[in-house]
Formats: sequence, structure tokens, C-alpha cells
Amino acid sequence: MFGILTLEAIPREPIIVGTMIFMVLGALAVLGTITYLKKWKYLWTEWLTSVDHKKIGVMYIILAIIMLLRGFADAIMMRSQQAIAVGANHGYLPPFHYDQVFTAHGVIMIFFMAMPFMFGLLNLIVPLQIGARDVAFPFLNSFSFWLTAGGAALVMLSLVLGEFAATGWLAYPPLSELRFSPGVGVDYYIWALQISGIGTLLSGINFFVTIIKMRCPGMTMFKMPVFTWTALCSMVLVIIAFPVLTVTLAMLGLDRYLDMHFFTTDFGGNQMMYVNLIWAWGHPEVYILVLPAFGIYSEVVATFCKKPLFGYVAMVWATIAITVLSFIVWLHHFFTMGAGADVNAFFGIATMIISIPTGVKVFSWLFTMYRGRITFSVPMLWLIGFLITFTIGGMTGVLMSVPGADFQLHNSLFLIAHFHNTIIGGVVFGYFAGFSYWFPKAFGFKLNEKFGKRAFWCWLVGFYVAFMPLYILGLMGMTRRLNHYDASTGWHPFLVVAAMGAAIIACGIFFQIFDIVTSIINHKKSKDTTGDPWDGRTLEWSIPSPPRFYNFAITPKVDSLDAWWKTKQKLKENGGKKEQPHYEDIHMPKNTGMGFIMAGCIFVVGFAMIWHIFWLAIVGLVATIGCVIARALDYDTDYYVTAAEVEKLENEIQAEISDRK
Amino acid sequence: MMKKLKLSVQMLLISSMMFLLGGCNIPILEPKGIVALHERNLILIAVALMLIVVIPVFILTFVFAWKYRASNTKAKYDPEFAHSKWIELICWGVPCAIIAVLATITWISTHELDPYKPLDVSTKPITIQAISLDWKWLFIYPEENIATINYIQFPVNVPINFKITSDAPMNSLWIPQLSGQIYSMTGMQTKLHMMATEAGDYRGGSASFSGAGFSDMKFTVRASTQEEFDNWVTEVRKSPNALNMNDYDVIAKPSENTPVTYYSSVKEGLYQEVINKFMSPNMSDMKMSMPKQSSTNTEHAGGMSGMSDSSM
Repeated sequence: MFGILTLEAIPREPIIVGTMIFMVLGALAVLGTITYLKKWKYLWTEWLTSVDHKKIGVMYIILAIIMLLRGFADAIMMRSQQAIAVGANHGYLPPFHYDQVFTAHGVIMIFFMAMPFMFGLLNLIVPLQIGARDVAFPFLNSFSFWLTAGGAALVMLSLVLGEFAATGWLAYPPLSELRFSPGVGVDYYIWALQISGIGTLLSGINFFVTIIKMRCPGMTMFKMPVFTWTALCSMVLVIIAFPVLTVTLAMLGLDRYLDMHFFTTDFGGNQMMYVNLIWAWGHPEVYILVLPAFGIYSEVVATFCKKPLFGYVAMVWATIAITVLSFIVWLHHFFTMGAGADVNAFFGIATMIISIPTGVKVFSWLFTMYRGRITFSVPMLWLIGFLITFTIGGMTGVLMSVPGADFQLHNSLFLIAHFHNTIIGGVVFGYFAGFSYWFPKAFGFKLNEKFGKRAFWCWLVGFYVAFMPLYILGLMGMTRRLNHYDASTGWHPFLVVAAMGAAIIACGIFFQIFDIVTSIINHKKSKDTTGDPWDGRTLEWSIPSPPRFYNFAITPKVDSLDAWWKTKQKLKENGGKKEQPHYEDIHMPKNTGMGFIMAGCIFVVGFAMIWHIFWLAIVGLVATIGCVIARALDYDTDYYVTAAEVEKLENEIQAEISDRK
Repeated sequence: MMKKLKLSVQMLLISSMMFLLGGCNIPILEPKGIVALHERNLILIAVALMLIVVIPVFILTFVFAWKYRASNTKAKYDPEFAHSKWIELICWGVPCAIIAVLATITWISTHELDPYKPLDVSTKPITIQAISLDWKWLFIYPEENIATINYIQFPVNVPINFKITSDAPMNSLWIPQLSGQIYSMTGMQTKLHMMATEAGDYRGGSASFSGAGFSDMKFTVRASTQEEFDNWVTEVRKSPNALNMNDYDVIAKPSENTPVTYYSSVKEGLYQEVINKFMSPNMSDMKMSMPKQSSTNTEHAGGMSGMSDSSM
């Protein structure tokens, strides 16, 4: 009846039980609050069923923040384990638990923190930057989000029911095969990533089409804001790379469920094939994450230096070059697998060539600052922190692209320090910059600068204290994923310092949460009535904050880069006289709960497959197909906001603004 | 002349980098073998080259951020400045030039440091067959016909040819002070070459995570004089343990924190059998029926040769 799911699946170790109780109490508190405030209907009609890209964006970011906390809790556990597990002391996490923790940390931070954060920012801003009223496929957008949330829910569920993979975040076979990992951990991994991966692919297609087809009149490709450009390139990578991930994990799944032999040790299975395939996805993946971050830095630097971005065209071509090159470097993740010198040298050199367009980007940001008027608001601080930190990460990356050097540095903590250097210093700093930069656009009030700056300094200092020792430890020969080590290695003091760094980062996260909470409480004081609090340059700042559900009452027309900046200058020249607006009917999609329900059914399929409850999987699958058919036969999916209604709504906004003044 | 110049520049770069890193006890920067030495120098040269770009970026970041801060109204403000042929030329040109140099170094060094390439030394090498097991290392000295678990000894200034395979998940053989690492994989053989230039005990281990007992998959490498090595071999030969296929099946079972063990003799061809057993479904029948042709047959069965090296 319940497959292999029994009461035995509930963990009994004190640490996990504690976490479980904490999680259940937290969930109960949230549900209780919603019930107490009678907000269930509001939640359902305004959020869960919403196909509005701005609300979906906010939900993505909420998901990312929740998963950041989970992933960071894992990080704290690892750092504290390694700080105490020296000599005879084996720490407080036995390998069974510790191995799951580092696997979950990697999986969560990449798939359920960084990816949702990126799609959250894309959802919030891309349609606004290109003057569109929504994404190309609003329903698909809602469905994609709920698939991602379903994947994240499976990972969280593995904490209280069964176990998670204990294989490392890429689940290399043969370790991830049934023979060496007979439990449900790897199955949780496969199904969580499959479900969220399909969501990601659908989102990729959605935003690709949105950017190609839905730009406002006059916005040619080379008049697109850089963030939109980087989003476009990132989506191209998603569309090409994610099917590879899906197929690879499907093959691993077939090995595990149907006893096939794609990657097994015997019957002609080839583990090297998996390593190649997973990195053919995995390397583009890091550029999927970092390109939009580069776009954010480009927007931030131009706005806060009060200058157009230096070398826009070079920046775009550098982005395109990185997009193309990112597909021919995957082998640098395993120079140590025995490829010949020609092959290794080719991939090494291809890798270091990527540093040329990346270097060009760094100089573009630098020379945007040159002869500017720089305001050091929180987003700008993240940019400066990024420039320094990412340059170091880039340098160590190029170093490891030299195969002869990589033989010594691969799989050591030097590697760990390197990719945290680029992912925290590049991706995370960038998303945080974007978060505080666009927060007033999404909610209509600014975050508190004081706490934002404190968070920044904690993150920056914490990062260096936590990861610089890891570079040294790598050079001292410490490999990754060690549960305990000998005192004679001399690693202990460095690991203690690294743990302190993690604690400083924890303070940064605390300040961020505190910042968000207090800003929401005091939002009436920091209300932004202009819609353009930073004196921005691109179209998203031309409309009120938060934008109306239709974004633009009148579709903007664009004839240059930095369209909003130019419009503002023209307004100044002719004394602020605006033309009398002429409104038209606006075509909008209707909200629907179908995305939520379909993703829910697929979540059930995933859960049932993990626990071999095959009847339930079939029920879930049939229900999913039923939903697809029902949705396809539903013709009542859109409506019009009439010109008169638009005029009324716009006048209300104007009245509200003049009231406050 | 050019070569001399190149060498002295290299030495200058290396010594200045070493100076910067101070007196820490950092194994990879204090190699005791010729391969590790070359790899260390390569690391230092590459870092020094990249600092040519990285240091100006640091300086420019701080200088620009300070000079063009909004409160400094004396600094020039040029709100239209967004292009400059010269700056863009330098931005593309300098990184291109550095990468061209680094790419050349990479091409040459990758071939020189190819782990499959035997060392260019006239001394007769010692072969060691390494098998990664759950969670220990089995080392076989085929010429001496001895075997050990979690311990290696060899003489200094004698090249060592490692032949590596796995009877467990993927691992990676790494002795940081002597040479970089290479993966060990089931049904395949990888190779690693190294030579210690100084006597001493060095740490070795697995660098690729392989499951619960991974943290204790470490071993000691003792580089000693030839005489001490010969004595050690004699000592190992006195061990009461002999390694045949049945014993092997026992030690191949998962175990953690396995103590150092010596085997006075090893069944001939054991290492090959371990590789071959992944090549066919019923390995025990196969090895009876086709002792000679196994290598050609396994090529068909596995799509790759059991005897040949892992290659991509």
C-alpha cells in the first residue's frame, strides 16, 4: 500500500528530530497566523493563483530566502563540524548525517536558492524593462514557479521522511547507484531536481520568447538594457543545458528503478559518461546564474554613477562570447579523469579564454565609475565588494584551468574556496544588489540603508574570514567533504577561523532579515511616491511603484538606450509638460489555480516514485494529464481592462501622489 | 640566452611569490618530488602573470570609488563619457596578451606534466598497482610480489609508476607533496608517475568523495634510502598473510579506518582480475573459460578495454 514507506522512515537522531520539531512548529505558526488573520482567501486569490509576473517574482524570492536559510544552516553545521572534528574527536555529525548535509547544502544553494532568486528578479524586472504587460506565457510562468516550489518541498520533506542523498551535490555514479546508495536519498535528489528542472526549462523558454517577442516599439536588440541582454543569454543557456540535466538524471533514474546500466560499474555502464554529461549541464549552469548578476551590476553601476554604462556594445558582445564559450569548457571539471594532454590542454585554454570577455566586463564597470558621481547606496556597495572579490575568484579560476596546476588543486578546499569566491562574490552579491535596488519598485518603499550597509559589511568581512583560510587549507592538501582529520595535519586553526567567518556571515543574514522586517513595519515613512527613487535610467523606473497589474497604462516607445533617462531629460527641457495620455483597452490574463494544482499533482508523482508507491504515482500522473486537458479546454482565460477603467485607475494614482506631496 | 633569461625571470617570479606567502607550512608549496615541484612552480608563475591584471583592477576600484564619490565635487563629472577607443583597446588587449602567454605555458606544461607520461629518468622505475576499496587503499608491488594496505614505501630518486583502478566508487589518488592526483575507477586503469627527491613521510589519500568511510581513506608514504626500502620489502615478505582471491574478497568488503597491513605474497594477476570483473555479468564463469582472450572480448562487452587505460 505504501511502497517502501514505513514508520522507520522517520529519523530518530536528536539533531534531526530537533530540526523536525522546529520545522513543524514553524509551519504551524505560519498556518495559524494565516487562519487567525483570515487571509486564506486573500492568499489563494491574490498570490497562489496569480499569473502576474511581479507576484510570481516575489514568491520566487520568498522561496529563495527560505531555502537560503536552510542551506546556510547546513553550512554552519559543516563549518562547526570541521572546526571541532580533529584527532580523536569525530565531531557531532556522523558521516551518515554529515554527508547528507554537504550534499543538501550544494543542491539547495544552487537549485533552490540561486535559481529561484534569479528567476524572481527576472520575473520582477524583465517585463518592466522591455515595456511589456506580462511575460509571453503567464500561465506557464505560474506553473514553472510551482514546479520549482514542488522540488524544494521534496528536498525539505527528505529531512523528516527518509534521508537525502549522501553523494555530493552532483551525485556521481557509481556512488549514486543502487549498489552503493540503496536508500531513498538519491531518489529524493533525482525527483526534486527533475521536477524543478522542468520548471526551470519552461521558465527559460518563457523568458526567451518574452524578450524576443514582447519588447515595446523601438526597442531593438541593441537598445535593450544590459540586464535584459544578460537574461536573454542566460535563458539561451537554460534552454540548451537543462535538457541535458533532465536526460542525465533520467538515465540515472532508469539505472536505479529499472536496473539499467548506463552508469553502473558492470554490464558496460560508463561512469565517465555521467561525469561528462552532468558537467555539460553544470558548467553552463554557473553562467546561467552569473550572467544575470553581471546584468544587475551593469544597471546598478550606471544608476549610482549617474553615467551610461561604459562600452555597452563591448559588454553585450562579451556576454554573448561567454554564452558560447561556456559550452566548450566542461571538461575542466575533471582534468584528473585521465584524458590525454591534448584534450586537457584544449579545455584548459578554452577556459582561460573566457576570462578575456569577463575581464572586459570588469573594466567596463570600472570605467563607468570613472568621471562619475558615485553615491554609495547599498547596491553600489555590493558592486564594489563584487569587483574586488570576483577578481580574486576569477584569478584562482584561471589558475585551476591550467591542468598541471589543477592536478594539485582539484577536489581540495582550494576548489571550494574558488567557487564560493565566484558564486558568493559574483552571483549572491549581485542578487543582493538587485534585491535592494529593485525592492522599492516591487513594493513602493525603500529598504533601510543603515541595516543594508551593516549586512553588506558582515557578508564581505565574513566571506573573507570564512574562505581565505580554505584557499590555504587547499594548498595544505586538505580535500573536500572530510568528516574528521588528524591533528598532525595542522588544519585545525584555519578551520576554526573559517567557522568564525561563517558566524560573521550569519550576522549579515540576520541584518538582512531584520532590515526587511523593520522596513515593512515602517514602510509608511519610507514610501516612494515617484516610482523612481534612485533616479534610474531604464523603463521600469518610468511607472509608479508598485506597478499596476497591467504595468504600463500606455505602451512606451523607445528610440535609444537608457530610454527613461532620455525621457526625463526631454521633460526637463520642455519644462515638465507631459502629453495628454490616450488610453486603450488592455488585454490581460485571468488568474488560475491550475498551475498550483498541476504542480501539486506532479509533486505527488515524485513523492510516490521515491517511496515506490506506484498506484499513487499513476493516480498523480492521470490527475496531471486531466488538468492539462481541462486547462486546454478552458477558453475563459483572459479579459480586457477597458480604456475608461485604465483612465480611472491612473487618475487614482495621480491623486494619491499629489495627496502625499 | 633567451632560455637563460626565461629561466631567471621564472626564478624571480617564483621566489617573489614564495616570499609573499611567508613561512607557513604548506605542503603543496613545499614539494618533495619532481612532479609536485613542477606543478608548484606552474601555480606560482600563473598567479604572478595574472596579478598583472588583478592588481591594477584593485587599485583602480579603490581610486575611482574614492575620487569620484558624489561628495567630491572637485572631481571631473562627464555624464556622457561611455566610449573610448583607447581604453577599450587596452581592456581587450592586455587580457588577450596575458592569456596568450598563459595558454602557451598551459599547452607546454600540460604535455610535460601529463600524469600518464613516464618520468624522463634513467633509473629503473618501481611499479605499484593501487586499488581503491571501500574505504582503504590496497597497494600491490608486482615485481616484489608483495602488497600492503594504507602504506607505501619506496626509495628516493627512483621513479614510481602507479597503475590505478578501483573496486569501489570513484576515488582519487593524491600525495600532495609528491604529485598531483588522478581518479581511480572500476573496470579501468589510470596512471600516475612520481619521484621523491627527499626522504620523509608524506600524507596520501583519496581526494574524491566515495562514501561514509571516506575521511579515513588515508595512508602514509615513506620515501627512504634504497637500503631501507630493501629492508622493508624483506620485512613485508615475513608477514604471515598471503593475498589470494578469497582474502581479497574479504578485504574488498566495506570497512572503515583499516590499519596498515602487509601481505608477503600476492596471487598473480590479481590486479587484472579486479579490473576485468566489471567487464562481464558473470565474471567468475568468464575468467575460467577465457583466460587468454579476455582482453579482446571485454572490449566488445564493455565498449572499452579492461586492460587499456581510461581515456576520454
